[in-house]
Order: sequence, then structure tokens, then C-alpha cells
Amino acid sequence: MTPLSRREFVGAGIAGAAGLVIGFYLPHRGGAEKESFSPNAYLRITPDDKVTVVVARSEMGQGVRTALPMILAEELEADWKQIEMEQAGASTLFGDQTTGGSASVRTTWDPMRKAGATAREMLISAAALTWGVPRSTCTAENGRVKHAASNRSLSYGDLVGKASTLPIPSDVTLKQSKDYKIVGQRLARVDSPAKVKGEAVFGIDFRMPGMKYAVLSRCPVIGGKVASFDDKDSKKIAGVSYVGKIGDAAVTVVADSVWGAMEGRRVLSVTWDEGPNKDLNTAAVFASMKQASSKKSANMYSAGDPAKVSGRNISAEYTLPFMAHAPMEPGNCTASYQASKCELWAPTQVPQDCRDSVATAVGLDPDQVKVNVTLMGGGFGRRLEHDYAVEAALVSKSISAPVKVVWTREDDMRFSTYRPASIHQLSATLDGAGYPVALRHRIIAPSISGQKGQPVPNGVDPDLPDEAGPVYGIPNYSVEYVMTETPVPLGWMRSVYALQAGFALESFIDELAVAGGKDPVQYRLHLLEKDQDLPYFTTTWKTSRMRGVLQLVADKAGWDKPLAPGRYRGVACFGCFQSYMAEVVEIGMENDQPRVHRVVAAVDCGQIVNPNILEQQIQGGVVYGLANALRAKITIEKGRVVQGNFDDYAPLRMEETPTVEVYAVSSPEVPTGIGEPSVPPVAPALCNAIYAATKKRIRALPIST
Amino acid sequence: MADLTLRVNGSEKKVSVSPETPLLWVLRDTLELTGTKFGCGAGLCGACTVHADGNAIRSCSTPVSQVAGKNVTTIEGLSANGLHVLQQAWIAEEVPQCGYCQTGQIMSAAALLAKMPNPSDDQITQAMNGNLCRCGTYERIRKAIHRAANGGGR
Repeated sequence: MTPLSRREFVGAGIAGAAGLVIGFYLPHRGGAEKESFSPNAYLRITPDDKVTVVVARSEMGQGVRTALPMILAEELEADWKQIEMEQAGASTLFGDQTTGGSASVRTTWDPMRKAGATAREMLISAAALTWGVPRSTCTAENGRVKHAASNRSLSYGDLVGKASTLPIPSDVTLKQSKDYKIVGQRLARVDSPAKVKGEAVFGIDFRMPGMKYAVLSRCPVIGGKVASFDDKDSKKIAGVSYVGKIGDAAVTVVADSVWGAMEGRRVLSVTWDEGPNKDLNTAAVFASMKQASSKKSANMYSAGDPAKVSGRNISAEYTLPFMAHAPMEPGNCTASYQASKCELWAPTQVPQDCRDSVATAVGLDPDQVKVNVTLMGGGFGRRLEHDYAVEAALVSKSISAPVKVVWTREDDMRFSTYRPASIHQLSATLDGAGYPVALRHRIIAPSISGQKGQPVPNGVDPDLPDEAGPVYGIPNYSVEYVMTETPVPLGWMRSVYALQAGFALESFIDELAVAGGKDPVQYRLHLLEKDQDLPYFTTTWKTSRMRGVLQLVADKAGWDKPLAPGRYRGVACFGCFQSYMAEVVEIGMENDQPRVHRVVAAVDCGQIVNPNILEQQIQGGVVYGLANALRAKITIEKGRVVQGNFDDYAPLRMEETPTVEVYAVSSPEVPTGIGEPSVPPVAPALCNAIYAATKKRIRALPIST
Repeated sequence: MADLTLRVNGSEKKVSVSPETPLLWVLRDTLELTGTKFGCGAGLCGACTVHADGNAIRSCSTPVSQVAGKNVTTIEGLSANGLHVLQQAWIAEEVPQCGYCQTGQIMSAAALLAKMPNPSDDQITQAMNGNLCRCGTYERIRKAIHRAANGGGR
């Protein structure tokens, strides 16, 4: 799992989309020659026929360690059995290594394919030269180059020496999807055996000689600081070796076991300077958002002019709470700081941010910080932050020893970064037939990037372009954003703003369908019936593709067939991360609460890389979305996060989990996001089903309130 | 501190820890058996599930002194080669996503099958309801348990 050593490589660059370069491993070359080649590498082929594919995204359950090598292996014409995966750490060789935004496949699709195709072409050339035959008479297949006319073949391993002496082609032909042999196959995930045996090393499992364990006591009030602390009792706990301030808002307790550190923290006495937010509560947060809602909005999508249309007007307001990611593996990171370097073993979605933040925090240059990426026990966006890495580095520096910082579940719940709470104001004008000729959606929410001091171009949070696009070709249609501010720490949580935008829009469309006296599926299909391109920032949403998934989900759910007595259903469709998604949720009501029996999901995400992984992602996203809809809510009292563990912030359990059926449109289009798009339609489809059952409209999540 | 002798995965282990230390941390930090996971520390998620004399217990909420003299089995000791019928079924059904909770899930399922070789859906739900999975793999877990109960076939 070590990142590629530059000395192991020769090879030179091709100018791929991400400055991609491949390398061939040549064990017998002299040192001077090795240094003369650029080391950038997604791919290494050795004489023993091993093909190592470097994965420069992080595995948090979404299957990148399988899917990304599949893409490269396809173009390489490799035998899947010869592929080995190597996890890249923070590097300067791969561009942005952030794992988020459902982007791993869509952003590496071209570089991985080009890397494989380039290598394939060079291996074919090497074989042709070896045999002295025209290269057009040679073909690559299953890890070998063949010359059919003479019935000769050489393995890729046989050819690495010759291939590495050849010029790198600048323009290679990529395969057509109809010829794919690996991409699109239901190949087994490479990470499953270690995970079921307990051998997989997650961040929290990493250990090294001399390593200590640390927990931190953080100020429970948002924005508060340490005033003073008394470590007398902590130091009486067996194994506790150090207690000290970390930054200005935390005190660490270091011990020779996690339990020792936790016990040391339990008896630690800290006096907090609670700061400006000590009276903050959830009601005040919403009051300030409500107040800001009349502010001028930034326009994100605009067609026609909703203000100039007359007819029957309908409006509604929706609200959503703060939510926490709550991955199963609590926050943690191991760091080893030494005078002029620091090495980290981090379960992180942002190895490069960890590197840079740690460098700043401990006073090193970024190239003196090495970040190794471990497996993650879930991410869901929580590990897009780098707080745990910075803490680990600071503690290691304080004690001059390697240390693993571990967060408890309560730490993870109370010191997270939360999905922004939001208010949505929707209004529509219906024509005589009951269909909207105008629709306006105002999203009032704080900006995650804005709070972090990152650019917010034209007053639009930079995530909204992937997550709040138009769905329907309504002639007068605007989507607007009012940026608010809150001291509550904000983070990117699975599907980010698409959850809020999708809930509000698709609940409102259902209200309109009811007002127009129409079937909810037919109503939506009518709004999508014309083929239209809806340009939204850099994406062009196509009504034809949304119509396709909606029709598919309706067919598979049996929408036109009667339901069993006591069963009700709702539908929703939404697009985010460039993918199209529609879902039907079927429920019964038990003691006034919905019981979800069945969810049918249909997706159009372009070319499918691995159908099993796609189904996993959608099944998982639906379960995650159900927990969000039913009861996920973080509240603030006296400046503190109230919820602490899985009792008061309860994920879905097996008894509540419906069957989830997944259908995908077969498509040769470029692959788009799949980790997140299944989340947003869940809540509105569920609430629309509840309306069908009870005639009660839910306009505030979670449903349990 | 107390000197305790534990029987873990069939072998005797001497540890010197305070007797109220949760078994979880003795397994993970002292015996370096990290297949057993920390999820909540409060018996709410099941990631730390191990067997004590064949019963599924939450090691995060079990003081180590309580298992002295009992046979403790962790995921590492569930089978000699890591290919218990449940582990094979888990792979065949492609259950794991992030995989963090899965060792605890498998230990809960193994305790169930030991007592109930062919459980119904309701019996599976009852036995597995204490094990949380944020990746939402429950449906596949159920299928994998049925598969294992059927001797590995569907």
C-alpha cells in the first residue's frame, strides 16, 4: 500500500485530461536512466505479468478499489485476474484526489481509459517490433499480444522491456462500449474477503511501534475555548502519560490504550470560555434564516418570468433540519511527527487537504507531510474535513511520539459538521388544465463553502450547481438561492443540497398534482413530455432522460396496478451529480407512523461500470435517505449539539428496512454520479405516500416531528 | 490493575488490565485483534459483537472481568481459514460496502445459526436488529444468512 516510489519507475508522460502519465517497471535499468523519466503513474506492469493499478481516490464503501481498476483494465485488454490494486496516498501526481461529489468514476473515466489504452498500444508496438511484423496484424487480448498469422503470442510481462523504450503515443483510440468485456460486468469486489475476515485495516485499526492513544476533550459550546484545566485526576489513571492543550479549544489525554485515554478524559476537569454562542438554539437559527429569507436572492436557473404569469397560484414552504453523517467508524487518525517530517495514516476523503492543513498546523512544508490513505468505515462526506488529521499531528508533536487520536461516538455526533438546515419557498401558477406555467423555488440556507472561507461565486454556494438543477421544462421557472449565515459548523453530507432541494421541489410538485386533480406519475410525465435541454451551470439536464427513469420506475413498481389494501405509494424524481433518478415508495400506516415496505428505484447514470456496485450504492442511498427522512435531526441547545449516540440519533435498523429494487437504464453515455443521486428522491416519495395515505402534507423533516 | 487469564479463539491469553476495562479494548489494543470494531461504546450498534461461550455479546459494554473463564470467540477465530459458511455467503451476496460493521454482523449471525440452523425472516430480524449498518446492507445480510442456512446455496 505504499505510494509509488519515484525510483521504481521509468516511463514518460502522455498529456491526458489530468496530466496522466504511465510507467513501466524496469528492474534492470540503471539509476541514471530511472531518474530521467517522469514518475507519474496510474499503472505499473512488471515482468511477472502483474498489472498494478493505482487508485487515487479513497475507498469508503463505494467500490472505487474495484471500479477504477476495471476501467483501466478494460482499455488495457488485461486479464482481470492479473490486476492488483494499490492505494495512492496524498500525491502531486494525480490532480485533485478528493473523493466526493459522486465523482470518482466520472472524473477518472477518461484518465483511466487513456492510461490503459496508451499502454495497450505500446505493448502492441513492442510485440510487432519483436516479431518484425506490421503492428496492424497484432492484437491485444487477455494480457497478451497475439499475431494470429503466425500463431505467436507474448505476455504483457514479456513486453515491458521493449515497450518502455518506445515513444508514448499522444493520441490513442478508445474502445467502444459495445466491445467492453470488463466494464459493465458484475465482477466481485476486491475488498470483500478481507472485510468479512476482519483483516481489513481501517484507520482505527492501524498501529505502529511505540504508538500512544489519545482522546480530546473539546469545548461543548460551538466556538468556545479552553479557559483552564486541571489534570490531577486524569494523571492518576493507569497508563495516562500526558494531558495538554491542543489548539485553543481542546485538551488531549494521552495513554497507552484507548480505554485509558477515555478514562483519563472522564475525570479531566476543564473550565470552558463558552464564547459568543452560549445561548444559541435551533429556534434562533431558524428565526434568523426566516428573517434572511426576504433578502435578494442569487439566480441559479431562469426561464421566462414567473412574475408575469397569471392563473391559479399555489405556494408552500418547507423546512429541513441539520443532520449528521454518523459513519460507523468514528473519527480517528494516526500521526507520527518528527523534527522535519510528519507521516499520517488517515481514513480520509481528502488526503491532500490533510497534508496541507497538517503542514500549516505543525509548521512544516506540505512536502514534509506524508499522508497514507486507509480504508474508511463510511465517509458520507464527514471525512471531507481534516480536523482529525490536524489533531493527530498536533498531539504527536506535543508528545514527540506516534499517536492515534480516536473520537468516541459522542465526539463524532457533537463535533461533526452538519448538513445545512434550510427553508424552501415554492410558488407556482397553474394553467386551466392544472399544470404549472410558472414555478419559483427559493432555497434559503447557509453556505458550506462560504462558512469555510472558500469562494462563493456570485453569491451561489459552489455545490448548488451539482445539486439543485431544474427537473421540468416549465416555461417560466426560476431556482434561486439566498445565502444565510450560522455559527453551526457545516459540512457536505451525502447528496449535500440535493436532499433539501429535491425534498422541497418534489413534495411541491405532488401538491400541484393534487391541486390539479391528476395522478402524480402522469402529472410529472406530462411536464416532461417534450424533449428539452435545461442548461444549468455546466450540466444540461435532459427531460428525455428524466422521463425515461420516471417511466421505468412506474412500470417496475406497477404504478398502474391497484395496491393491496392498506398500502399507499408516492413517487419522486430528481437529478443531481449529472444522474437521473426516480423512486416509488410503498408504505402502510401503523399507529400513525409510516412503515416502508418497498422502494423501487430507477437510475440513468450513463455507462454502468459494475452493476453490483451500482445496486449497492442505490440500496444504501435509499436506506440512508429513509433515516434522513424519518428522524435525522441535530438540534442545538445552549450552544451545544444535543444528540450524542445512536439512541437519540438513530439510523435505520433491519426491522425498518424495505426491499429496494434497482433498475438502471442501459446507456452508452459517459458515466455520471451514483453514490448520492438515490438519496434525494426518498424523502419526497415517502412524504407523498404519506399524503396518499392520510391526506396530511409533511412540509418539515424529519417526519417523526 | 488485575492479571487475568482469558481464553480467546481457543488459546489462553494473560493480560494485565483494570478489571472494568471493556473487553473490546482488551481485544483491540492489548491482544491486537482489530477485527472487532468500536462503533458506539454503548451497546447500541453491535459493531463490537463477539461470542462468549457461543452467545453474542457486545464487547464494548462487557467488562473484561466478566469473561474470565469463558470461551471468547472473535471474527479472527470464527473459522480456521476465514471461510466460515457465513463469510462465504457474505462474499457471494456481495454484502460489504464500507465493511466496518460486517464483522459484528457476521458474529451476530453466527450465534443465531448455531442456535437456529434455519431461521425465518422474523427470527433473522430479531437476532440482527441490534447491529447497525450505515451503508444500508440489511437486505443482503438477510439473503446471506438464508444462503448460509441453506448450506451455501440460494
